[in-house]
Amino acid sequence: MTAAGLAKRYPEVWRRFSVRETIVHWLWFAGVMLVAAWSVRNLDITWIYFLDAHVQVGDLLARMFPPDWGHTGQIVRPLIETIHIATLGTIVTYAISIPIAFLSARNVTPNAVTWLIGRFILVTSRSINTVVWALIFVAIFGPGAMAGIWAITMRSIGFMGKLIAEAIEEIDEGTVEAIEATGASRMKVLLVGVLPQVMPVIYGTTVYRWDINIRESTVLGFVGAGGIGIELYSSINQFAWQEVTTMLVVIFAVVVASELVSAVVRRRIT
Amino acid sequence: MTQPTAWPTTWRRPPMFLTSPTLRFGFWFLVALYLAWSMGTLDVDWQRVGQGLPRAGDMLSRMFPPDFGRWELLVRGVVESTQMALAATFVGMILAVPLGLCGAANLAPRPVYLAARGLIVLSRTFHEILIAIVFVKIFGFGPLAGLLTLIVASVSFIAKMIAEDIENMNMGQIEAVRATGASFPKLLVYAVQPQILPRYLGVCIYRLDANLRHSTVVGIVGAGGIGMTLSASFKRYDYDFSLAILIAITLLVFLGEFFSNWIRGRLR
Repeated sequence: MTAAGLAKRYPEVWRRFSVRETIVHWLWFAGVMLVAAWSVRNLDITWIYFLDAHVQVGDLLARMFPPDWGHTGQIVRPLIETIHIATLGTIVTYAISIPIAFLSARNVTPNAVTWLIGRFILVTSRSINTVVWALIFVAIFGPGAMAGIWAITMRSIGFMGKLIAEAIEEIDEGTVEAIEATGASRMKVLLVGVLPQVMPVIYGTTVYRWDINIRESTVLGFVGAGGIGIELYSSINQFAWQEVTTMLVVIFAVVVASELVSAVVRRRIT
Repeated sequence: MTQPTAWPTTWRRPPMFLTSPTLRFGFWFLVALYLAWSMGTLDVDWQRVGQGLPRAGDMLSRMFPPDFGRWELLVRGVVESTQMALAATFVGMILAVPLGLCGAANLAPRPVYLAARGLIVLSRTFHEILIAIVFVKIFGFGPLAGLLTLIVASVSFIAKMIAEDIENMNMGQIEAVRATGASFPKLLVYAVQPQILPRYLGVCIYRLDANLRHSTVVGIVGAGGIGMTLSASFKRYDYDFSLAILIAITLLVFLGEFFSNWIRGRLR
């Protein structure tokens, strides 16, 4: 082998990628940059606002402190309502999502049509955000906690249904066959053979969704669907920033506490 | 004549949780108590709720057929939402890197680690819509508020994932590169980056999908995108246009999820 060939095979400097790989990487990078530049340029943004952003933010922070603790008494009721909305919504979801999960799991659904119906419900429920569901239910039930509960329920069905359906598709078929062999009816097979196998997943996802729902229910009030969001929205609109700080601190505490509870419960049952 | 048997002839399914009957009944009693308490304290106007069913029927009949007549408005909103999501993901994935490095317990010094984790927890706790409202109050109505909201949400999400990946990575490679006398930046480039890059890109693509979902709703509080159009149509009882927007949002979200799954499948 010539000296040049050797130098090519054993270079002095180590490079991780070949020239071709490097070019492809840079092309990808350029493509991403182009898309990002196009997005930012075409957004209808008045950049002039940015010039005094630090002043604005500083001003806002100055107005937010100290928190107005005298306001705490007034937010206890809306806060409890928020937790009720999340909890009741999760309970209703628990009841509705299990049958829908059975429809959407390939191995237990009666036929292709029921499977499609189940999947359609799950996809629709998941694509529409809780707040959009809240808009719809406020138009139906009027402002208040009822709209919030249904908004939470409609969004959670897709989440829980999907996870439970995936769990059903991965069950041990041996148990199901054993129960079928005893001559059990279809319903009995589902109740005795399938359901107990996915029960831990159902409890786990319910508790997990509950903790997500607590977070979601804090903003439902912005569209009038009950909870602490109503108070928060009116305080923001009145520029009562010290009250806003109080509520943000309380919301933070509740959300973190619910996450902790959910994590502890899930660790114990799984 | 039937023979007495030593085993039961009927079988009852054992309870699926809380095998002790006292505990089980206690649990259901508590649930019933909670339901009674919560239903009692909730401020529900039952008369208004009673009108719900006819109202829902009325709304549905006004929704059909969906009105795509004002498609220009629809397309503008969808494009704005998509741009917000793309730009926010891009900025977020850059800003998340330093924050993620600071949030990794095995790389960052303790005070830096605690500060970074605190920041991540703080911004993850508050719902996007809540952050959006505050930005709308600071920067006024429009996509800037939405863009900043999505950036904050993306940074904290991606940074958390980066930090966890770094904490779970193989320390052997770090030791090996450190043994060559590499400086800290070189350590990041040659030992940390190769281990977390595939997961990082996957997380960014996932976040793009999530941003697309959220970009359709931040507009409800005035932060730009298709959500603003949706909210306006609801306020004007333009339900047929609302349905058209909802269909567009569902399609957009579906496409985003499909795209994200496809790319992440190829990255693996």
